Amino acid sequence: MRGIPPVTTPQRRGDAVAAPVRRIPWSRETLVSWADRQAGAVLVLPAVLVILVLSIFPLLFSLYLSLSRFQPVSGGFRIHYVGLLNYRKLLLGSEREHFLGRLGELGLGGWLAFVVLAAIGLVLLWRSLRASPLSISRIAGHTVVAVAGLLALWLAVRTIVTSGGRPGTLVVTWVYVFGGVALQFLVGLLLASLCAQQLPGRRFFRVVFLLPMMITPVGVAYTFRMLTDTGKGPFAPIANWLGYANVSWVNDPWGARIAVMIGDLWQWTPFMFIVLLAALESQSPEPIEAAIVDGANRWQIFWHITLPQIGPVASTVILIRLIEAFKIFDMPNVLTGGGPGTATESLTLHAYVLWRSLDYGTSAAVAYSLLFVVTFVGIAYVRLVHRRLTEAL
Amino acid sequence: MTRALSRRQFLGTTIAAGSALLAACRREEATPTAAPAARTPAAGMQFEGVEVNVITFTGPQIAEPLQRRAPEFQKLTGAKINVITVPFADLYQKILTDFTTGTNSYHVIVFAPQWMADYVEPGYLEDLTPRIEADPALQWEDIAPFFRNFSATYGGKIYTIPLDGDFQMVYYRTDLLEAEGLKPPETWEDYLAIAQHFHGKDLNGDGVPDFGSGIAKRRGAQSYWMFWSIAASFLQSQGTQQGAFFDVDTMEPLTNNEAFERALEIYKETGKYGPPDELNWDVGDSRAAFVTGRCALTLDWGDIGTLAIDPEQSKVKDKVGAIILPGTKEVLDRKSGKLVACDANTCPHAINGVNHAPYAAFGGWSGAINKNAPAKVKDAGYAFLSYMSQPAQANVDVTIGKTGFNPYRISQFENIDLWVKAGMSEAAARNYLGAIKDSLNSPNMVLDLRIPGAQRYQGVVLDTVLSRYLAGELTTKQAMEELTKGWNEITDELGREKQKQAYRSSLSIR
Repeated sequence: MRGIPPVTTPQRRGDAVAAPVRRIPWSRETLVSWADRQAGAVLVLPAVLVILVLSIFPLLFSLYLSLSRFQPVSGGFRIHYVGLLNYRKLLLGSEREHFLGRLGELGLGGWLAFVVLAAIGLVLLWRSLRASPLSISRIAGHTVVAVAGLLALWLAVRTIVTSGGRPGTLVVTWVYVFGGVALQFLVGLLLASLCAQQLPGRRFFRVVFLLPMMITPVGVAYTFRMLTDTGKGPFAPIANWLGYANVSWVNDPWGARIAVMIGDLWQWTPFMFIVLLAALESQSPEPIEAAIVDGANRWQIFWHITLPQIGPVASTVILIRLIEAFKIFDMPNVLTGGGPGTATESLTLHAYVLWRSLDYGTSAAVAYSLLFVVTFVGIAYVRLVHRRLTEAL
Repeated sequence: MTRALSRRQFLGTTIAAGSALLAACRREEATPTAAPAARTPAAGMQFEGVEVNVITFTGPQIAEPLQRRAPEFQKLTGAKINVITVPFADLYQKILTDFTTGTNSYHVIVFAPQWMADYVEPGYLEDLTPRIEADPALQWEDIAPFFRNFSATYGGKIYTIPLDGDFQMVYYRTDLLEAEGLKPPETWEDYLAIAQHFHGKDLNGDGVPDFGSGIAKRRGAQSYWMFWSIAASFLQSQGTQQGAFFDVDTMEPLTNNEAFERALEIYKETGKYGPPDELNWDVGDSRAAFVTGRCALTLDWGDIGTLAIDPEQSKVKDKVGAIILPGTKEVLDRKSGKLVACDANTCPHAINGVNHAPYAAFGGWSGAINKNAPAKVKDAGYAFLSYMSQPAQANVDVTIGKTGFNPYRISQFENIDLWVKAGMSEAAARNYLGAIKDSLNSPNMVLDLRIPGAQRYQGVVLDTVLSRYLAGELTTKQAMEELTKGWNEITDELGREKQKQAYRSSLSIR
């Protein structure tokens, strides 16, 4: 082996004092400094590997699965690549009615609902667009959101408000997400406002209001299954007495969906509650005191001072819950099994039903559609709402 | 004494099977002096240290007897049996995933023989034929021919040991029908009439109005078997080999015709005389309701017979009658898709002009062995399944309601004492066993669907369509079209010709 030639570093500005140093590679200093430089990467590596193995690989693999067909064969399984067949099945083929729903004829009420909601949405978007200086990317972003929003609204109205229409799992999931989260936010805010007051026993109520969040979703779902059972449940005698012994709200599509939403509301309001309570308690008292001196009433104080102050926190919890709510599963699965019909089936349950019978391809396609919708809604929300609320401060 | 004898017998067979020999020799070396005196226990502990993982569904049914008998079996043989349970809806997929990925953590599976095509075709299950032939203690010939030849067999080889006999029957309240001078239902129209008659009356004396009929119609549960019990007699009239799901020549589903329409309508109409939340009932609910006297009629497997004599929950002991599934006087003409009246040609097996088609729904819980398990574990697993199915154990278990095991051995139908001892009156036992015998002896019995993808055809497509139909999301016509389209899609996806061959061979058509 040849000896390593001594390395001389050319003199640079400011290095005048230093005589040419003989650098021996792998001396202690260089090793330490090399290790120092690599430390960041080395320390992050395990986390990166874990994410790669547990998150990225399954993500890519399930993408591939969604483009293929799974078949158990002798000694293992075979995965055929079938292109976009599974997605075509969802959007145009046999799963279309299950996934998107059946479009009904739009009556006067339907048109009215569509026009009003679309107008509200477009006005809000327009205002959001005008709020900051225009740029190409912002206009493009808003246009995409407007188009997607109109399409989604069209689908929702055509399947829900019309006669003969029927929402598919996609629209049902939207109902759970947007309806459910809005309700959870309102109830959570109400409870938090109450508990922020100097009322007797508020400590006790804080703990009690938190309890539902600690219970496993399956447990909550089974509890609600018992509670909603008008034949044998604990409320059966009351239902009997009121003459409702032979009525069951799980038979009616909207009754069942509302039952699911009530369960979800019960379980997840505490999360909203605790975060909003913290936000309410940490707002600075000065502006409120000043407003009281100025003679503002309670509603004005709440609307003009409290709400803007808790805005960023509220927006964050809503974002978290929005993303979380798209994955609703336990409640419809246990409470109704997705029934009556497919009335309460969410996207995750839809994917699960397909997965259970080893139809992995279509199942993955449903899951990917969900991922796409969640990502789109999440990004749109952050861009349009979240940023404005947090930057306003 | 008989137990000791049978134990020795099966030991003989397992030794013959081979691997036991080594263990026996080693044991004799270890305790040479004690060997002659302690021959039985020494030989009995032949699976000492072997652990067998048995998977089945979350009980209490089916899992209960396995869990209860596992320690007994361990005492006899030394093999430790771990019973793993998963929810029913996950069972098919859990087993298949374990096998396809080569994990092989389940050695013995107690499952629905209906799924056999999906497990046997890729070669996951052990061929049990030689073991069964060498196992006199099992008394294979005592098992009713239908279960031996259909449930347990695939492509001429035996893959499972039946632990349960499954087909559906209609149950009625003998006390109510007698009081009103009514006869048990012969046709589905009779069923509806009786249900209507009793609906809204107090049937168990608690002052609350009860229901004419109660059927498990919950989605993701057993509803599709319940429905096919109604549809079967409309669809199949020429004997088992005619098939009740597909046309055996074209593999075209029999799901878009007048007969199917009529069956759907009857299925929906039973709901008029049922509990308000029937769409959310699974068999747990319908059984509980029937044995607490809340329903006049129900449709179920053999379980009600034994649950009705369970003093802990039953309020209708000795007030329960069972009868072969009601039939119809009009059946499907496959050429025209229309309903035609029964005559000697259209319904050769009719009784009093009524075509009955008892439906072997599910096929009965059966045990099979994972081919890729270690040899010693397979031996112990087989010994356990054989032990569970031997008359000494099985003939007791089938008389206990909570086991979920229904009679499947000839000795169980013949031996009235067994049932009287379990708490049935002799009349009730004769009635119950009579209905079972009538069903099993019918040449027009309907075999459950047992082709690759059966779980998708029934558990996903049919189940969803039925649920949507009952919820009013689909009209009768739409339901038939949707179902036919869905089934054809699966058939085309898996290969029409291949599926047709599988369907024909499941019906033993050459």
